Amino acid sequence: MSRYDAGVKDYRQTYWEPDYIPKDSDLLACFKITPQEGVPREEAAAAVAAESSTGTWTTVWTDLLTDLDHYKGRAYRVDEVPGDPERFYAFIAYPIDLFEEGSVVNVLTSLVGNVFGFKAIRALRLEDVRFPLHYVMTCGGPPNGIVVERDKMDKYGRPLLGCTIKPKLGLSAKSYGRAVYECLRGGLDFTKDDENVNSQPFMRWRDRFTFVAEAVHQAQAETGERKGHYLNVTAPTVEDMYERAEFAKQLDMPIIMHDFLTAGFSANTSLANWCRRNGMLLHIHRAMHAVLDRNPHHGIHFRVLTKCLRLSGGDHLHSGTVVGKLEGDRQATLGWIDLMRERFIPEDRSRGIFFDQDFGHMPGVFPVASGGIHVWHIPALVSIFGDDAVMQFGGGTLGHPWGNAAGACANRVAAETCVQARNEGRHLELESREILTDAARHSPELAAAMETWREIRFDFDVVDKLATH
Amino acid sequence: MQTDIQPYRSRLGDPASKRFGTFSYLPPFDDAGIRAQVQHIVDRGWNCAIEHVEPSRASTQYWYMWKLPMFGERDPAVVVAQLAACRAANPHDHVRLVGHDNRRQTLGMSIVVARGRPT
Repeated sequence: MSRYDAGVKDYRQTYWEPDYIPKDSDLLACFKITPQEGVPREEAAAAVAAESSTGTWTTVWTDLLTDLDHYKGRAYRVDEVPGDPERFYAFIAYPIDLFEEGSVVNVLTSLVGNVFGFKAIRALRLEDVRFPLHYVMTCGGPPNGIVVERDKMDKYGRPLLGCTIKPKLGLSAKSYGRAVYECLRGGLDFTKDDENVNSQPFMRWRDRFTFVAEAVHQAQAETGERKGHYLNVTAPTVEDMYERAEFAKQLDMPIIMHDFLTAGFSANTSLANWCRRNGMLLHIHRAMHAVLDRNPHHGIHFRVLTKCLRLSGGDHLHSGTVVGKLEGDRQATLGWIDLMRERFIPEDRSRGIFFDQDFGHMPGVFPVASGGIHVWHIPALVSIFGDDAVMQFGGGTLGHPWGNAAGACANRVAAETCVQARNEGRHLELESREILTDAARHSPELAAAMETWREIRFDFDVVDKLATH
Repeated sequence: MQTDIQPYRSRLGDPASKRFGTFSYLPPFDDAGIRAQVQHIVDRGWNCAIEHVEPSRASTQYWYMWKLPMFGERDPAVVVAQLAACRAANPHDHVRLVGHDNRRQTLGMSIVVARGRPT
């Protein structure tokens, strides 16, 4: 029993509990905090805990009508950021009662809501979240998962191969279907709509879907293999999204695609549920992620977005390539591809993983390595990603001097020869030139691809590096 | 130096244009090559199995099993001998080698090691 005492208290009096032992059912978060000058670490951490859970800036009498000790978030630990004295990591535990079941929307609204504009801190980054298994069990997760997708597509023991059709914008539906057909007959498993292909005046979605379906069916008949094209159903309204998804199903297409950040988590979770009910694979693109995750001091780390997407639902998620044209530190990338695929991911600071994460029986997501990759990258990609990944080419297929089919064939020969070599115990990254050159003796398509791209590398420095000693 | 543009040779009616999953874009493996893949299956702790089918029915999920999966068999020579026996008994069929990953409930590998000819 306590009396009502109006006024402003230090946050740390209520929200800093260094002796607290987190419960298995707590949702845990690690923030990187840049405090305003003169604000002690414990006070800044407690402020973040308060503002992302039950607190407001002043005491209110209705606080006393409930058991705030039960509902409040608690800052329970602060750690150094190696090599950065200005910032620190704050660990906060939230009781599971604070979050609606099966709603990453609700979790994010609390954890990355108002608190990110809070004046007492100069910058704030959500580095990692431990979703308790109790909460994971309330989420739908991937509609199919890696194992089921392999069975449906009948592809085993190697990475899947895809190509994003270019130019991104401006092709007619019929020309677009041509580009798809050529890639698929040449040996790729999938082709893909670019993320900003929705339903523009030059190519309305229904026309695109119809021509692409013919291309997919024709390539399947010709090669005897199962094929798919990620039909982008991202739309201005959820009603339009569903209409497009239904039409893809009518056309007997195996996979559709969605942009989870621009469309939003509610739409994504609904679409994942639709896919689960309708036996449709779901490819997830991540447009807008770099706005949220690239600044090392402010925003949301991609590993958090990865966990949220796995819970919301998707069968593929773009992961970066390490080797291509887009940002991605190798160790950090290995960390978040584990978060996509594995059942249990142990804490590992060397990969930026701050908590053990248990996904229970929730299926895994295929990481999609996309962005500026070509045949010379394939040995490293097989080595980094292993079999459970999609290598998503673009120019690396379409830019082949003999056209898409030859480009696709070159990609496929290179991938298969790398898998063969790996299975025989050879070192792909050290022997890459020899392995590819041997394969090219039997494949003029691969030889031409190797000749075309032999000098292209992407060696810029990574902006968001892991903090290490 | 770029060679002249080549047409892509693949035709609906040509059996050689049909593909069968992993390694079907590489030249056929010789005995040592097949044996190396069997060794890989064994090393990963998977179980080898052999399946075969008439070429006309190749696109179905369920091919005929050659006996049962060789649970616990760790000698590649035994598996290679069974592959030869299956081919001898079914000379017109496609034959594939499968590695069952029982822990992950999937196939760690599935490769066609012999192409049959339509009778």
